[in-house]
Amino acid sequence: MSEKPYGKPLPMPDLETQPFWDGARAGRLRLPKCNDCGQYHFLPRALCPHCRSENWTWVDASGDGVIYSFTIAHRGAGPAFKDDAPYAIAIIELAEGPRMMSNIVTDDLSRIAVDGAVRVTFDAVTDDITLPKFTLVEAA
Amino acid sequence: MTPRNRACIVGIADTPLEKGRVPGGATVMQIQARAARDALAEAGLGMDDVDGLLVAGSWGMPRPGSMSALAMAEYLNLQPRYLDNTNAGGSSFEMHVGHAAMALEAGACEVALILYGSDQRSGGGRSLGGRPNWFDLQFETPWGMPAPVGAYALAARRHMHEYGTTAEQLAEVAVATRQWARLNPAAMMREPMSVADVLASPMIADPLHLFDCCLVTDGGGAIVMTTAERARDLAKRPVAVRGYGECATHLSIPEMPDLARLTCAERAGAEAYRKAGMGPRDMDVVEIYDSFTITVLLSLEALGFCAPGEGGAFVANQRTAPGGDFPMNTNGGGLSYAHPGMYGIFLLIEAVRQLRGECGDRQVVDAELALVHGTGGTLSSGATVILSRE
Ligand SMILES: [Zn+2]
Repeated sequence: MSEKPYGKPLPMPDLETQPFWDGARAGRLRLPKCNDCGQYHFLPRALCPHCRSENWTWVDASGDGVIYSFTIAHRGAGPAFKDDAPYAIAIIELAEGPRMMSNIVTDDLSRIAVDGAVRVTFDAVTDDITLPKFTLVEAA
Repeated sequence: MTPRNRACIVGIADTPLEKGRVPGGATVMQIQARAARDALAEAGLGMDDVDGLLVAGSWGMPRPGSMSALAMAEYLNLQPRYLDNTNAGGSSFEMHVGHAAMALEAGACEVALILYGSDQRSGGGRSLGGRPNWFDLQFETPWGMPAPVGAYALAARRHMHEYGTTAEQLAEVAVATRQWARLNPAAMMREPMSVADVLASPMIADPLHLFDCCLVTDGGGAIVMTTAERARDLAKRPVAVRGYGECATHLSIPEMPDLARLTCAERAGAEAYRKAGMGPRDMDVVEIYDSFTITVLLSLEALGFCAPGEGGAFVANQRTAPGGDFPMNTNGGGLSYAHPGMYGIFLLIEAVRQLRGECGDRQVVDAELALVHGTGGTLSSGATVILSRE
């Protein structure tokens, strides 16, 4: 029971984003999907950015995507991430369309490439917060 | 015929720095008050002439970013009838010039004062870490996003992927800018630097090296604007605002519509060219926001100086250096002159000095038209100003 505290910045969920973080905690990557125009969006918004409808629902995404771009942080973002460097930050283009930022979890940073296929994985960093991260899907 | 109410810049001042710091230290309000006094004095105006006030900064009360225009009105004992606290990051001051021009043309004020002050180097640092992880940031900060450099690295990587842009091409920008800094006694970094030096500097956020990144300094500046009619009686040769435009596309970098295309600059530039009745080829000197080397490539493409994807080839062979055929960032830029966090006001100040012919060793011969373009946030906002000798 003497587990080391997580010690890194945690998201501050709000009324609008709590369902996303609840989903992650349950091992599900959730996206807002518009019931009027049928399109997905992210970040969550009161009004669908495509058709401005407020009639949208949280749905489970496939968890599949490709790397739209990435960077290797050789200097961590502040003291909390100092010992993690180098590590990979990417913008993932999800199969459903929206993009989201996350980490690429890999033992070999040199394998990360733009357009590379990735799949979501879940990192339960505290009892309350689980961070969706992504792993490389190696070509068959 | 010159319209009598055309907006002109008639006074400028920037805060003298030693090794990137205000000598002896100063608060952001002291920095701005002294810059305001100096810019007004240069114009032959006094504080009591000011009836328009435009302020942006990373400081504020009660919290960073808020109500800085009110704080400065109080501090300078002004009761402005035109007030603008637009804060869109480093491009804010290009927006302020556009907004002040519209206010002057409409008669909403007669003398507009634009202010900026920062104690970033003395008081803290460039890192935007430590911000609360709410709103957009709850989807950035938890993954260890180094802000702002990580955002620009993501754009650079995408540009490389789509167009084959190289680290060497990015480094050309830093080297050319350093060459200009070597001609500017006020620049912080004046030692010789080569492309190899840039590539050998520590990797910060791949593919951006340390010398692809702007400096971290203090700084402050002030700009005084009035109408062409009133400018005729003032002390300095006026510089006319011929066109301006602005646009914003996002705040958080994953929301940027296209990481390899600076669409906010495309729109801001097109509007400025339209208002001025000019195009990119008309410009004699160009001052482009250089928070990072990639910022410059994206801006050059978006503003039509070259086609999308050709920014790397455009800046090759030190084309933008002194003696090259495209004089750019002639004070040494945010990369080698100074960068107090929101750099846009210094682009404008340098353009005015070039158009007045005050630049000494770094003077661009016969500079009559200048384009200034600021970028704010994480490639989030853009604002273009076209200036000419009046
Ligand atoms: Zn919709």
